[in-house]
Parts: sequence; C-alpha cells; structure tokens
Amino acid sequence: MPHVENKKKALTFQELLFTLQRFWAEHGCVLQQPYDLEVGAGTMSPDTFLRVLGPKPISIAYAQPSRRPADGRYGENPNRLFRHTQLQVILKPPPERVQELYLESLVAIGIDLKEHDIKFEEDNWEWPVGGAWGVGWQVMLDGQEITQFTYFQQCGGMDLDPISGEITYGLERIAQFLQDLDSIYDIVWSRDPMTGTELTYGDVRLHEEQQFSAYSFDYADVDKLWEHLRLYEAECLLLLERAKTVLTEENDDALAVKRFPVMGAYELALKCSHTFNLLDARGAISVTERVGVMARIRTLIVGVAKIYAEQQRLTSLVAA
Amino acid sequence: MADFLLEIGLEEVPARMIAGAQAELLRRTLALLEREQLEGVDAVSYSTPRRLAVLVRGVREQQADITEEVTGPAVKIAFKDGVATPAAEAFARKSGVAVADLRTITTPKGEYLAATSVKKGRSAAEVLASELPKEIAGIYWAKNMYWRPGKPERFVRPVLWIVCLLGDAVVPLTFAGKTAGRASYGHRVLSSGEPFEIVAPESYLAQLEGEYVIADVEARRQKIRKALDHVTRAVEAARWREDEELVDSVTHLTEWPAVLLGGFEPAYLELPEEVLVTVMRDHQKYFAVEDAQGKLAPHFLAVLNIALDETNEPIIKQGNERVLRARFNDARFFWEFDQRTPLTERVKLLENVTFQKDLGSYATKSERVRSLAAQLAKIASSRGAAVDASAVDEAATLAKTDLTTELVKEFTELQGVIGGLYAKAQGASATVADAIYDQYLPASAKDSIPRSAEGALLGLADRIDTISGMFALGMEPTGSKDPFALRRAANSVVRILAESGLPLTLADVLGAAQSKPEVAAKLQAFFAERIEFYLREGRGQAYDVVKAVVAAGSEDLRDAVARAEAVTAVRGGEDFIAVSAAFKRMKNILDQAQAKGESIPASVNTSLLSDDSEKALESTGGRVAGDVEALRAKRQYREALTQVASLRPVVNEFFERVMVMAPEADIRANRLALLARTVADFSRIADFSEIVAQG
Repeated sequence: MPHVENKKKALTFQELLFTLQRFWAEHGCVLQQPYDLEVGAGTMSPDTFLRVLGPKPISIAYAQPSRRPADGRYGENPNRLFRHTQLQVILKPPPERVQELYLESLVAIGIDLKEHDIKFEEDNWEWPVGGAWGVGWQVMLDGQEITQFTYFQQCGGMDLDPISGEITYGLERIAQFLQDLDSIYDIVWSRDPMTGTELTYGDVRLHEEQQFSAYSFDYADVDKLWEHLRLYEAECLLLLERAKTVLTEENDDALAVKRFPVMGAYELALKCSHTFNLLDARGAISVTERVGVMARIRTLIVGVAKIYAEQQRLTSLVAA
Repeated sequence: MADFLLEIGLEEVPARMIAGAQAELLRRTLALLEREQLEGVDAVSYSTPRRLAVLVRGVREQQADITEEVTGPAVKIAFKDGVATPAAEAFARKSGVAVADLRTITTPKGEYLAATSVKKGRSAAEVLASELPKEIAGIYWAKNMYWRPGKPERFVRPVLWIVCLLGDAVVPLTFAGKTAGRASYGHRVLSSGEPFEIVAPESYLAQLEGEYVIADVEARRQKIRKALDHVTRAVEAARWREDEELVDSVTHLTEWPAVLLGGFEPAYLELPEEVLVTVMRDHQKYFAVEDAQGKLAPHFLAVLNIALDETNEPIIKQGNERVLRARFNDARFFWEFDQRTPLTERVKLLENVTFQKDLGSYATKSERVRSLAAQLAKIASSRGAAVDASAVDEAATLAKTDLTTELVKEFTELQGVIGGLYAKAQGASATVADAIYDQYLPASAKDSIPRSAEGALLGLADRIDTISGMFALGMEPTGSKDPFALRRAANSVVRILAESGLPLTLADVLGAAQSKPEVAAKLQAFFAERIEFYLREGRGQAYDVVKAVVAAGSEDLRDAVARAEAVTAVRGGEDFIAVSAAFKRMKNILDQAQAKGESIPASVNTSLLSDDSEKALESTGGRVAGDVEALRAKRQYREALTQVASLRPVVNEFFERVMVMAPEADIRANRLALLARTVADFSRIADFSEIVAQG
C-alpha cells in the first residue's frame, strides 16, 4: 500500500498539547493545570463538573490525565491505555459558531481540512452517577473519532442555565493520527531541538501502563479497597450533613458559608469513584452490587453538586 | 402568486432524525398555508445534515377579504331617542363600520342592528412571519436541547441561520433569536465558508450546488449509489454489499458525498465474517465488498463528505485503513484471547452475571431455559417432530456463556452469533452451534426465524422464561412503555410458533412456564394481543378476519394462520357474505334473548319444529356441519368454508319464514336452541359474525 509521507511535519505529543493550549488561550480561555486527583475523565475535574453549575460564565482549558483501570492492557495493546490524556475545553456559554472555532483549532495543529474527511456524528454524553448529560457529536476525522463535543444540559440533576459547550480532545488518538502510527507507544513525545533525539510515548509512559495494569488487575487488595470506599464515603456524607446547617440563608456568618469545604467533599466523592473503578477492574463487583454502589456514589456526587450550587447562590446574595 | 422558500440552517442534525423532521416541516408548512387560504400549487422539501428546507411554488400572496353579516344589539337598546348609545357604537367598532352604516333587521324577536363586516385578508408575508415560527418550534425531535441563556426554546441543535423568501422578497420571520434573511452557507470545507445570498426560491437548489451542497436527498442518495458502483469496479469481479439502511445513514451524514475504496490485509479474513462486517458497518459506516461468490473481499468503501482529488485521496485512504486495522486488531486479540477459556468453562462464570436482580444470574436463567427447552423438545418429539434433545440441552447450557467474552463486551450486537462461532470453533456439533447462533432470531420483523428446530426451541424457551419472569414481578409492558422489550420477545415467540413447523401450541409454551394463575391470565391476554398483531402486521390479514379467526381459538398458531388465509380467500363471495350476515343476525337474537333471561335448551327437540324451513335448517345444517367438521379435521379450510357458504338458501329461507321469538314459550326456546346449535357448529373455524361486509 502506498504510504503518505506526512510524518515530518507532524507535531510531537508535547507540541500538540502546547499548540492546543495556546490556541484556546488566544481565544480567551483560562489555562488551568490538570486536577491532581484520580479522575476517569476531564469532565470529572471540578473545573468542569462544578464550574458548569450556576450562572457565572467561564472559559477554561486544561489537559487532564484520565484513569480508567479496566482499560489497562499491561502496555501490550497498541490502542488502549489505563491512563490517557484529554484536553478539556469548557465554554460557558458557548459562543456562536463554536464548531468553526473548533475546526480552526484543528488547522492550528496542522490538519488541512481540505485534505481530510470530517464529520460531526451524533453522540450524546451521559454520566448517570453525576446526574449529568448533554447532547453533541463525536468528531470523526478520516474514520477516527478524535473529539467529543457536548452541549451540557444537566449536571448534578440540575438544569443548566446558561449551558456549557465542552470540547474533549483525545490527545493520544490525535497524535497517533497526525504521526500516522499503528501504536500509541510509538508516538513521538518530544524531539530535542539541539540533537534531534526523540523520546516516544512508550519511553515516557510504558512502565506506568505495565505497573498500573498489574496493580488494578492483580495486586489491588480488594478488602482494603472496600474499606477505603467506606471511609471516603462516610467522610463525604458527614460533610454533606454539616452543609445542611452551614449553607442556609439563616446563617449570617458569611465567612463560614464561603469557607465551607464543598471542594473537599467533592474530592472525597471523586476518591470513591476511583476506588469503585479499581474494584470493578479487579472483578470484585458483581453486576448486582454494581447498581447499589453506583447509587451510593451518585448520592455523594449529586449531593456535592447541590451544595456547591447552594453555596454559590448564598455567596452571590451576600455580594449583592 | 409567488414561490416560497424556507431554509433553517443548523449545526449537524443527527442523521437518524433528519428524514422525519424534513417531512414534518413540509407537512406543517403546507397545513399552515391551507389553513390560512394561501395554499400553493406544489411543494418539495430538502435536507442535509446542516439544513432543512421547504419550497412551495405558486403560493397566494394575499388572503381574500372575508365579508360577513353580523347581528348586533336590539334597536331599542342601541338607540335612545334616535341617538346611538354606547352599545351601538361598540357594535359598529367591532364590525369595522361607521354607525351610519348600521342597518336594521327584523327578526321574530324584534328589531335588531346588523352590519356587513369586512375582514381584510392579510398578506402571505405577514401570515408566514407570524405563524411559521410556531410550526418550526412544533417539530418533533427524539432528543433536543437548550442553548441560549434563559432557555427560551429547545430544538435539536442550535439554529445558525434562516432563509425565508416569498418571491424575491425576504419574509423576516424570527425563530430561536435568528431573523430570516437571504444569506445561506455552503459546505463547511469546500465552500468559501462565507455566507452567500439566495436570489429567489427557484434558484435555491442550483445556488447550493454551486457551494458544494446537494440539498435534494434523493439526488444525494443516487450519487452515493452510483459512486459505490463505480468505485467497486476497480476490484475485479466484486460488488459492494447492498445495505439500504447504511446508504440511508451516510446520505444523511453528507452534503457533498464521495466514495473511497480502501483495503485491509487478507489475513484478517480469517476472522469470522460477522465480526468483520460489524466492525465495518456498525462502527465505521463502511460498506463491505464481496466477490462473485458472495465471500468477503479485503476491501471496504467509505462514504466521505468531501471532494476527492489526487492530493487528499491517499491521505484519507491511509487514515481510514489505519483505523480499520486497529479495530480488526482488537477484534483478533479478543477472538484469540476468548478462545483460551472455552464456553464449557464459562458456564460457571455466568453465576457472576446478573440477569435481573429478582430473577437471579444468567447461570440460574440458563438452568431454567434448559428445563423449559427440554419440556418443549419432549412435547414436540411426542408429536412426531425430529428434535435432537441432547443438542437442545447442550445449546441451552452454553447459550449465554458468550456474555462473558471480551468480543461480546466489545460487540454487544453480536451476542449469540459469537457464542455460535466459538461453539463451532471449539468442536460443538453444527446443530448445537447453529442453535446458539440463531437464539436471538428473529430480532425484528425483517429477520428470519432460527434455521433449525433446536434453535427454535432454544429461542422459545429463552423468551418465555424472560417474559413469564418479568410478568411474575409485575414488570409487564404498559402503554408505550416496554423497557424490557417484552412485546418484541412475544412477537418472536408467536412467529416461531407460526412459522417453524414445530408441532407446538401457545398452550404448550405457556404451560411449560408454570406461572401462577393470575400471572397466567395476564400472559394469556398479552399473547392474545401479540397474536392478533402478528396476523395483521405479519400476515397482512384484515382486522375483522383476525377477530373472527381468533374468536374460534388461536392456541395453534399455524392453524390460525391457515384459517385466516382461508377466510380471506372466500370472504368476497356473495354466498359467504350472506351467510356471515345471517350469523350476525343469529348472534344478535341469541344475545338479546340471553339478556332477557330466555331459556335456551342445550339440544333441539325436532318434534317441536313445524315449518319446513326450520326443519331444513335442522337437518341440512346438521349434515353440512358434519361435512365441515370432517374437512376441518383435515385442515381443508377452503373447502370447509365453501360448505358453510352453501348454507345460504337454507338460512335465508329460515329467516324469511320463521319468527324465532314465537309467542309460545316452548317453540321459542326450541328455535333459540336451533340457532345456538347452528352458531356453535359453524364457529370452529372462525366466528363469521365478526366479518364486516366489504363495500
């Protein structure tokens, strides 16, 4: 089969990330750092999940390493990862012609739109545990899904107004596409401008894939994981309970309202979610249990979303 | 008269929703024009993923004025001493005339004011601008969204622009914050991306084509089909695998379609064709290519939304081939990985897979299905069917084990099929493997039923277990809600019973399930509906024929089908129509008599028969009933019904000469008994009183 030489002009993995971040910064986005807790998707970072709630506009972009223990393959599958990297862009509210803006970002990373087949195919997003859903598309580039594009409609079981536009780039897939490679591990991560020495994705990350796959499939201690889950859950529930007395209109201690650790409660809920994913990968959750545990985590995450919205409302009342 | 154009520009609309919305927009626009007496000469509609459009030719530009005579207040209230009161003034104002133009009319109630009110017709532009937005807002979407702050409206996707023209003038309607103009947009990539102006409705299609958009759906579909044919010619003796649904889907995903031929390494052809086709079709929307023998060839066809040239073709081809290769690699990995644990070892893994929380795991379900399948196999064998009972048992044991495989987790739509393929690869007999493979057939009305008796038995046992289990939990379908697709499962049970040739009745199947009496009653009613549905929709039988046949019993589906077909064949005959009418009359008389509390003896006393015609009905009727019964036993329903129709002169004569409700109680009772016997004798094939005379 004839091979097309377009590798030379292709961006390295890190250049791809810079370029997209610069693009969105130039279009008014705040660049945030990745969230420093295990999450299954960029959506779960508070910079998305909590910021889409309430009336306050925001444009924000960040790379988010996303862990999905069950997707680990010990580094042996060229297309699947325990941890992949998303570039998450939240536009609240989304500007007019946001799709055109997105396409411009593709041009910025070296994709000549006339040289490819691009389609926006229906793909609606749903995260039942977060009481969240939206409608949108998967963006297909020459048959490869490279981006999820979602208009958030609900979060934490609450209707959103204004809604947010969410653009999630799958960075490994895009890099693999740009560099025309069959394996993620062959992606050129960096190229030393002095020596031309290249480091691949495998050089940088393969050992993580091997070890975390082994941890989540073979080593993770099931009893201890259940115990972790129980402890995180208990503390989160305690905070949710205390929120009932602190986050009220009757409470005239504005500082106490402002300082109430909703974010702390959210982190505990995220810990539960990740622990659940580990248990699931370990094969420790029967399908029957699954429904029950998911309902427990939903209580936490939706509960946090509700107190977050309430805290925002109360602090804006004080400000006004 | 002027031509009218409406184009709604949208962010990409889901392909599955476009055709319905296009038709609805046309329907709503035409209904509005008709309601407002502005109807045009003819109309067409267009769509692409990014637009819905309607073009109506020859729309009236102005509504006619409406002149109406209206009656107002009584003269004595309207005028006091010759001077108009506020009542007169109000009436004049309301009617749009001056007080001086009011007239007086005389009615039986006295003298009243009257006026000739003229309602000025509105211009089409005015009507459309005010009314059309409501029609647009009313379009049904399976899933829609808010996008503007304050959530003023929901629609399938954000509206980007609206073009609305009457003749060459803009109709400035407003919807979703967009005011219509004449600016439209072309293809996202191929056009300049800048808006361009639609000159007039008539030039819409040609102007869009100039911007790389084929708005006519049929033209796009034909372009795709031709390109598929053309491109496939590059492969010797090959053809693309026809797939109407996929053609439809890609038609609604493109504005300027082109077809690309790609290839994959022939080594992948070692994977089951079912897996390869599912990857290509369902995951990548590619058409499969086959050789002259219908065998899969190592090629695929992708329908693109771009014009191909020498520069981009190799790039796009390479991209699509790489994606497919990755998918095939995954499938091959799963195929090989799964084989390490044969299905027989997976039986115990089913204990960890929940079927339904109150109905246990798939392991317990499989045990129930085994037992049900064994019972049904035994009944079928006892009636002479050739059934391999041990194959049925083996298939039922392994049927659900593929749920634990990686390949089914990846391609859930292939459950059953994968199990059958693994069973075959792992040395199960063809009978067992095929039964597993076919267990979910028919999944839709288009599917065929399982190929073998063993597959049919497995399919029946699996479904009746699910249906009776769900009913026992009170989870039966209600109204439009059927979350567990039990109606579809029941439809499949009915079809298998009617079409598989297995000598089984619905009673056998429901009996095997051993439901509690109250659940059994619900199941009976539920299946009665499905049977009528099958006879109507699956067999094309008329509503009244179905009612008539089902009234005579539908436990034996194959028999019910044969009876329905026989009734349909003879129902047009004059004799049959007359006899049906007579039966209806007999039934009415009997119903009324019963309602009045008349006694109806169980047998006819011939000594009480006096008139020749009633003697004839008794004797000829009895003889014909014997003949009909003999034919019925041989399932010669056409012949039996011809016999029934031959009763026409006898029943006609009877009703002409005899008054059933005679004054003498004993004669009356005896005649009712004769009618009851006649109705009973002749209602075993169908209840003819249900047949509606066709006019």
